[in-house]
Formats: sequence, structure tokens, C-alpha cells
Amino acid sequence: MSDTQMFQIRTEEAPRLPAPISTTGVIGWMRQNLFSSIGNTVLTVIGILIAYSLIAPFIQFAFIDAVWTGDNREACLAQDGGHSGACWAYVEAYFPQFIYGRYPTEEIWRVNIVYALFLLLLVPLAIPSAPFKKANAILFLVVFPIVAYFLLTGLVIGDTVVLPIVETAVWGGLLVTLVIAVTGIVASLPLGIALALGRRSKMPIIKLVSIIFIEFWRGVPLITVLFMSSVMLPLFLPEGVTFDKLLRVLIGVTLFSAAYMAEVVRGGLQAIPKGQYEGAMALGLRFWPMMYLIILPQALKLVIPGIVNTFIGLFKDTTLVLIVGMFDLLGQIQSSFTDPTWSTPSTGHTGYLFAAMVFFCFCFGMSRYSIFMEKKLHTGHKR
Amino acid sequence: MSVMEQDSAGAPARASLLNDPKVRGIFYQLVLIVALVAFGYFIVTNTIHNLEQQNIASGWGFLENTAGFGTNQSLVEYSETSSYGRAIYVGFLNTLLVAGVGIFFATLIGFIVGIARLSNNWVINRIAYCYVELVRNIPLLLQIFFWYFAVLRSIPGKREKWSIFDTFHLNIGGLRLPKPIWEPGSFMIGIALVIAIAASIVVSRWARKRQEATGQQFPMFWTAVGLIIGLPVITYLVTGMPMHLEHPNFVETGPILRQGFELNVGINVIPEFLALTAALSIYTASFIAEIVRAGIQAVSHGQTEAAHALGLRNGPTLRLVVIPQAMRVIIPPLTSQYLNLTKNSSLAVAIAYPDLVSMGGTVLNQTGQAIEIIGIWMAVYLSLSLLTSAFMNWYNQRMALVER
Repeated sequence: MSDTQMFQIRTEEAPRLPAPISTTGVIGWMRQNLFSSIGNTVLTVIGILIAYSLIAPFIQFAFIDAVWTGDNREACLAQDGGHSGACWAYVEAYFPQFIYGRYPTEEIWRVNIVYALFLLLLVPLAIPSAPFKKANAILFLVVFPIVAYFLLTGLVIGDTVVLPIVETAVWGGLLVTLVIAVTGIVASLPLGIALALGRRSKMPIIKLVSIIFIEFWRGVPLITVLFMSSVMLPLFLPEGVTFDKLLRVLIGVTLFSAAYMAEVVRGGLQAIPKGQYEGAMALGLRFWPMMYLIILPQALKLVIPGIVNTFIGLFKDTTLVLIVGMFDLLGQIQSSFTDPTWSTPSTGHTGYLFAAMVFFCFCFGMSRYSIFMEKKLHTGHKR
Repeated sequence: MSVMEQDSAGAPARASLLNDPKVRGIFYQLVLIVALVAFGYFIVTNTIHNLEQQNIASGWGFLENTAGFGTNQSLVEYSETSSYGRAIYVGFLNTLLVAGVGIFFATLIGFIVGIARLSNNWVINRIAYCYVELVRNIPLLLQIFFWYFAVLRSIPGKREKWSIFDTFHLNIGGLRLPKPIWEPGSFMIGIALVIAIAASIVVSRWARKRQEATGQQFPMFWTAVGLIIGLPVITYLVTGMPMHLEHPNFVETGPILRQGFELNVGINVIPEFLALTAALSIYTASFIAEIVRAGIQAVSHGQTEAAHALGLRNGPTLRLVVIPQAMRVIIPPLTSQYLNLTKNSSLAVAIAYPDLVSMGGTVLNQTGQAIEIIGIWMAVYLSLSLLTSAFMNWYNQRMALVER
């Protein structure tokens, strides 16, 4: 028996440790995401400074210093003659022009009907769970363009004027932007599908022609295409045949976007498993029924995000038509700067801000939709 | 299904010639060829007829006529007495210049923003996200107008300036930079640079061989930096400084019309170039950022973990494991963005930067030779795009996974 203890019994309390650093709640989140290390803290501070130096002047310009009402430039001029805030009164005064161009005021209801019909048909088409997709698609892609054409340009049967003719030269603003973008995409879809099928064809000449067509249009900038359609197209036609300027631009834009569409559709065709082709052939389907009934419905569904992205690109590219002398939304805004009634130092900034907001709302909305569709489509097909 | 039926001899029954896929294929292709030839004939005859009506002689002769218009930026000698061909050549070089500078800055901004998009720091992450979404959803032309008409209008006028380090000066006339003046003997500096580059290559080969043989590493990066910067600097000092900088001369006194920067002293970067480069590189950078982000995310996390398990630190992990694999995903879409930037540089015509389309457009308006000019445009852009895709194919083959 000895006094040496082979074990130890703690008789007094161990020193208390501080509680671990919180990783939950606002403080914890900030500690983890903003101030986890010295370098990170520096980045946070720099980031906040950058954000502040950009956002503060913007809010100052767009809201605090902004002039919301007024009849002419006097309202928007700064007292000291320098820069004042945004001149929203000018946008308000020009708003009809930005939306309809110089479309005759008494006929604007026709444009409004087209806008309404467009929304009415597009919204249910875009919602995946809405019923009657096929009827809706036919209405949107076939019936709507015809109705819209007559509503916008006018309709004369024999000698009776049902709807007075409105020259495309007076169209402008958002109307032209939408007409070019929507027509470009709707018309390029069938052409793009045909080219995509041609590029995957086993017939060498058809394949070669498709490849040359696609690579040619994809290789040149849109601006040269627009120059071509406005300068060269009249040379190609027999004497005396003339095209409307808008129509010429539309032809150029359609051919251009068809090449991009073809590549998008080709991606979809390649994603369809070979078994689908073989299954269709085993059922005795020929080429066109196979494509129409089996392959294209699946492939086109897969490439909806791609089509939406092409549309976004085209929508942004429609601004280029102002270079060949047409007045789309940006062109209309740009031309309004020459109006002495509203010329102030801040008119230009306000106009560009307005254009940027409109384009951003459209494009950002569409890209969100494309991401939503992508997520929705990628549930069952992942392997 | 006539193919399925077999006659008594066991050979498959001959299908009707109408249903033979081969015959049909040949028929369709013949139809296509005939249609194309007819279409081409239609266009060519109409064009010839229309050109005759308008008294425009087709052909390339006009390229040698005197242009008679000047330009505010030219990389080669050009004046109003130069020929149309020369004017288009000047435009072509200007396109290449703005595309090259734009690509450099777009890559720089794009990689920074793309990496910032992956940052754990919430503020940095959000700023990068907002940048990408804001910039790529606004049309490029609007951005060019914004930079040219809104931003560059709010900088100082001709008789004032903003200066950084007293070396770079900015006012409404553009950006003024010091111009290097090469004196006789300065070719030695060029020779030194070439020698330095060659030496770096040799040393890097030796270092790699030694590392493979012995495992010893060599500080290659710093050696190369030292050689390439150091050798020309030493040569410059030894040969008695045969180069000096010509600083832009800002006149502040004298008659008011004479005030401002003296002409033809230093380098003047015209405001059109600044606006176009800013818009192009910021716009394209937003797309490159997304490509970089996707590329880095495509490298599975297991790669990073494996590298850490091998004892590599964060730096070498990124440099030796993650980036080489991410580049494989990044490069193809990156090249197509470069190509987009080059094609988008044609928007220069909207702010009258003298690029290929802008100069060509002036020639077109003066001569009416629409077909030739548009042909030149398309040929140039097409060959640039074909060259790029050729490079991309070569690179893809080189970088493709080599599997055992």
C-alpha cells in the first residue's frame, strides 16, 4: 500500500473557455462572409467603397436631383447652369415617341392591340403548365403575325379602306425594336431548323451548302449584313422591284439569326439519344414523320433556353438598325437629343438611362426565364 | 414494306426506284444545285443590269483612285492624297488595333470579375454579379454611346487636363501619352530583348530537365522576369541611353486658341478609340467572367482535395492543378468571345472611329462600289473568323485529354 495515486480525481472546476465564435445569426454570417481574415476585411471595405462611389451618385442623379415634371428645358436646367439630375419630364414628354415612333396618333390603338395580343398569346405559351400549348403556338407563330401585319401596315380591300395604310417609315421606337426582334426570331426558327437538319444530313451537297451558309453568316458582323441588305439587296432585284426599308432589314436579320438558330437547334438534335432515331425508324417512320413526330418535339423542348438566349442577343442587336437610318428605341432616343425644346446637359444622360432601363428589364427578364426553363428541363433528362 | 418481302430465290425484292434512298438523295441534291444556280444567275444578271443602269463600273480599279478624305487615326502613313485601297488598309489596321487592345483589357477584367464571382466574400461576390448582369443585358451600342457621348463629354475641355503622375493626360481631345523616341544605337535594346527571351527559353528547358531528373525546382518565373526586364535596361544604360520619352507639351500661356496640347508631340489616343475600347472590353468582359467562372467550377473539387493531400499549397494547387484543367473548358468559348469582340468592333462606325467598316463606308458613299466594299468587309471578317476557328481546333487538339 502506497500513497502514490495511480489516478487523479479533479476536485476543482476546469477553467471556463469562452463560447465558440458564433457561426449563426447576422453577426456569425458577417464574420464568416465578410471579415474571416485581414485580407477579406480589406476586400470588404474596398468593395463597399466601390459600391458606394457608384450607387450614391446614381441615386443622386436618378432620384434626389431628378426633375419629374415640367413642360420644357427650363424645368430641367440647373440653377447654376451646370449639371442637374435626371430630366424625367423629358422622358415623359417623349414617351409616346419612344413607344410608337411617329405612328399617327389616331391609329395608335392598332399598335396597342398588337402589343396586347402579343402579351396575351406569349404569356400562356411561356408558362409550362398552361394548357392548349399546340393551339397557342399555332396562334402565336402563324395567326398572330398575319393579324399583326395587317393591323400595323393597314388593310385595303378593293376600294374600301378598312384600316388606313401606315408607312413603315413612320414606325419607330419600341415598336420597331419588337417587330425586328420578334419577326427575326419567328422567321428564323423554321429556316434554322432546316439548316440544322441539313448540316446533319448524310447527303454531301446539302450538308456542304448548309455548313457554308451557317459559317458565312456567323462569321460576319451584323452591321455588314445590315449594310448589305440596305445597299446590295436592291441591286439583286429586277429593275422596278423595290422593297420596303424595314422589310430589307428584316430579311438581313432573319438570315443572320437563322445561322445562329441552326447551331442552337443542332445542339438539341445532338442531345437526343440515338435510340430515339432508331426506335422511330424501327416503327417504320420515314425521315419527315420521324423528325416531326419524334425528334424535333424533344429537341426543340431541350433548346428553349438556347432560343431565348438567341432572342436576347437579337433583341440587343436590333439597336444596330439605327446605323442604317432606322429609328428603333435607341435611334428614337438618340434623335430626340437634337430637339432644342429639351436640350439640357442632363438630357443625354437621362435618355441613355431610360434606354438602358428598358433594355435591361427585357433582357434580364428573359435571361431569368431561360434559367428557369433550363432548371425545369434538366430534371428528367440528366443521366 | 417492300424491302421486308423476299422472293422465292431469297434475294430481297427490289424496291421501286422512287423509294430508293440513294436515288432520292441524288435527286434532292440535284434539285438543290439547280435551284442555287438559278438563284445565282437571277441575282448576277439583275446586278449587272442594275449596275449598268447606274453607270457603276464593277471591278477593283477604284482602289487606286485618290481618296480625298482624311482620318484622325492611322497606324501607317496616310493623307488625303492616298488611294482608296490605302484608306481601307488603314481601317483594317485600326480594326486590328482596337480589337487587340480590347481583347487584352476584356481578358484582364473578365478574369478578375470571374474569380471575384467565386469569392467567399459576399460584398465582392455581389459586386461581380451585379456587374455581369447589368453589363451583358444592355446593348453594346448603347454602351458605346454612353462612353462616347455621356462620359467623354464630362471630362475637361481642350484647354484643361487631368493628369496622372504628370505622364498620362486626359482631356476631350483624347489621352496623351509620352512617346518613345529611338535614337541611333537603340537597336541594341531590341537585340538585348531578343537575347533575353531566347535565354529564358533555354533556361526554362534546362530547369524542367533538371527538375525531372533530380526533383530540384528552379525559380523560373523570377529568372525570366529578371532577364527580360533587366537585360534591355542594362543595355539601355550601357549604350548611353539612346532613347528618351517625348512628353506631350501643354501650352498654358499665350493666345487662347493656341492653348492646350501642342499637335504631334507625344502620342495622342483619340477619344473615339477610348470610348470604343472601354465599351468593347467592359461588355465582353462580362461574358468572359461567366466563362471563367463556369470553367473553374467545372474542375471537380476532388482535384483540389487530391492536390492538398499531395501536400501542395493553395498557390501551386491553383497554378498546377486547377487552372490547367479549367483552361481546357475556358479556351474554346473564350476564343469565340474574342471573335465576337472583333466583329463587334465594327460598331465603331456609329461614333466614327476610323475602322474597316467606317473607312469602307466612306469609300462606299464616295464611289458607290457597294459590292466590292461589302465583299472586302465580309472577306476580312470571314477570314479572321476562319483563322480563329483554325487556331481553336489546333489548340483543342493540343489540350485534349491524352488518355492512356
